[in-house]
Amino acid sequence: MTDSDLREIILTGIGVSPGICIGKAYLVDVEGVDIVEKYHISQLHVHSEIKRFKLAVKRAKNELRTIIENTPDAIKEHVDILETHVILLKDKLLYGKIIETIETDFINAEWALKKVVSSLKAMFLNMSDPYLKERAIDIGHVSDRILNNLVGSEKINIATIDKRVVLVAADLSPAQTSQIQLERVKGFITDKGGGTSHTSIIARTLGIPAVSGLDHATKSICNGDLIIVDGISGNVIIHPSEQTLVTYEERRIEYEFRMAALDRQSHLDAVTLDGHRFMVMGNIELPEEIVSVLDHGGDGIGLYRTEFQYLGRPDYPGETELYDKYKDVVEVMAPRPVTIRTLDINGDKALDRPIESVEDNPALGLRAIRYCLKHPNVFKTQLRAILRAAAYGNVRILFPMISGFEEIQEAKAMLHTVSDELKEEGIAHNRDIEIGIMIEVPSAVILSDILADAVDFFSIGTNDLIQFSLAIDRGNRQVAYLFNPLHPAILRLLRQTVDAARAKGKRVFMCGEMAGDPLHIPILLGLGIQEFSMNPNAIPLAKQTIRSLNVEEMRIFLSEILKEKTAQAVMERVQRRFGQEGGHGV
Amino acid sequence: MEGRPLGKSRLVMTENAMILRDITLVNALGLHARPAAQIAMLAAKAVSRVWMISDGEMVDAKSIIDILSLYCPKGSPIRFAVENTQDVETLNAIAALAESGFGEN
Repeated sequence: MTDSDLREIILTGIGVSPGICIGKAYLVDVEGVDIVEKYHISQLHVHSEIKRFKLAVKRAKNELRTIIENTPDAIKEHVDILETHVILLKDKLLYGKIIETIETDFINAEWALKKVVSSLKAMFLNMSDPYLKERAIDIGHVSDRILNNLVGSEKINIATIDKRVVLVAADLSPAQTSQIQLERVKGFITDKGGGTSHTSIIARTLGIPAVSGLDHATKSICNGDLIIVDGISGNVIIHPSEQTLVTYEERRIEYEFRMAALDRQSHLDAVTLDGHRFMVMGNIELPEEIVSVLDHGGDGIGLYRTEFQYLGRPDYPGETELYDKYKDVVEVMAPRPVTIRTLDINGDKALDRPIESVEDNPALGLRAIRYCLKHPNVFKTQLRAILRAAAYGNVRILFPMISGFEEIQEAKAMLHTVSDELKEEGIAHNRDIEIGIMIEVPSAVILSDILADAVDFFSIGTNDLIQFSLAIDRGNRQVAYLFNPLHPAILRLLRQTVDAARAKGKRVFMCGEMAGDPLHIPILLGLGIQEFSMNPNAIPLAKQTIRSLNVEEMRIFLSEILKEKTAQAVMERVQRRFGQEGGHGV
Repeated sequence: MEGRPLGKSRLVMTENAMILRDITLVNALGLHARPAAQIAMLAAKAVSRVWMISDGEMVDAKSIIDILSLYCPKGSPIRFAVENTQDVETLNAIAALAESGFGEN
């Protein structure tokens, strides 16, 4: 069957990263493991299918035996669990049940395995006790091993996509995204999520289109389907007709042409009509992204997220490894500033190591500075790496999720300790760096007059600040409509933060999504935000927007805006005055 | 806990016909995967069925997964049962293993 035999289907979601791409779909399945082939078998083949399954189990068992035998006695106890896996392989509720499923459902072994394992995992995960939940992990390991032996070397892995594809997933976790070779991906589409999800942030950083909140994309799209992703309108077109393809190809070229035109001016400074210069910087997650920041005319790195090196691995990265990465970024960017945000992980959850405790609500749990202060060794390793890298350029340190004064004191005390240690050890470093905190917890805004005493700068993280102050779960589509940076309450929080900092002679930056939106910049200038940091692709438009404005006028505009009672009214007022400037839309 | 799937059933079978051993779980970590595997390995030698009973629920001691679906923290009273007199030796071996704390600490 050729593509032209198939009817064109249009799905509509939320465009979370602008741009247009046309490519083949690559499905990443619900559990994040790669998709397995699913097909029905005839009664005649049941016997041979069961034989194939038994052979895979036998191979899996031999693999385990070999590993166990080749393990030195000294560390034998670590392979104890593998003995358990050997027995699990033949457990009747797994082994027996899979054979039964092949027989009764007439499906292939891979599919039967997935079905049985999913229901077993669900049973353990539904148990209320965290101690029981972990039992699902062993079943997962065993099933992966059988699956590997069933599909053999043909198994597709998310880490080894070899052609340019459009990723289709229910949702992508940070750990999964960290495995993807992103340069191979043309675009993302997901069933869940919205504009502030991890996937969309990654997509915007890479400058590739993404559409989220499609609900049933993973059910409607098959592997290899030709699809068009329009990250501007939020449309996804499956099996496009010849005519649609031509139309979108034209739109894609036009969009890229407009972006290129903006890029050409991006190296000019962002100076307002009344002569104020603003620094427009880039947010990065990977050292490689500095190229994109520089290409788009970024004046520095306003937010270097450091979680990436901690994801998808069983151990913590060492000091040298971290230092090498930070130094690369700092050296290339010098003398421009690089703002390194210390580790902001959701406890141990993001990491590929045993879960110390399961949290019901990780966004409000042991994460970021809280996690670091509880794990001083992990924190000190990172602080040492940062101070050492600081010897090569202009480094600023940024502590995330600060909710009170004592957290700053403790973090600073630790910074002093490691810097004394480095001095004693005679290792080159620079302790004279600027210290700032993220303003993203409402209590930090309330305390901003006190917190300003302890730091050199504030950096406002709008995504978390909005979700915490308006009490919205940012992954929940039901309440996504409430997520609005122009909510009068948010604007008042921003004003309070800026006023408190100014009274103490401290500077205020913004590194949240809000900073990169041309419709928000007029308000931010009026508020007195001094530095903007955003996804690298948003820099050219932000700079152009700043060049078209007058700070004095924006202060007056802000005082009018602050009189409005609803987010809707604020939005309308902004649209009336600046709507023609564009935004991400067309 | 209601509506449990799998082989676990409320204790309806009469225990009269079976040979029983009662023990108290001494492991600090409770009954996790490794001890469950040890039980299942021993139980596999039995000619007839081997049961493990805790808190009124009964599971097949030949299945690790079934054993693990029981919630058994340290101090839980556990009953092992066999249906066939030929399996008494296996039953004693399982009970002794459990009483010894599965060779942990």
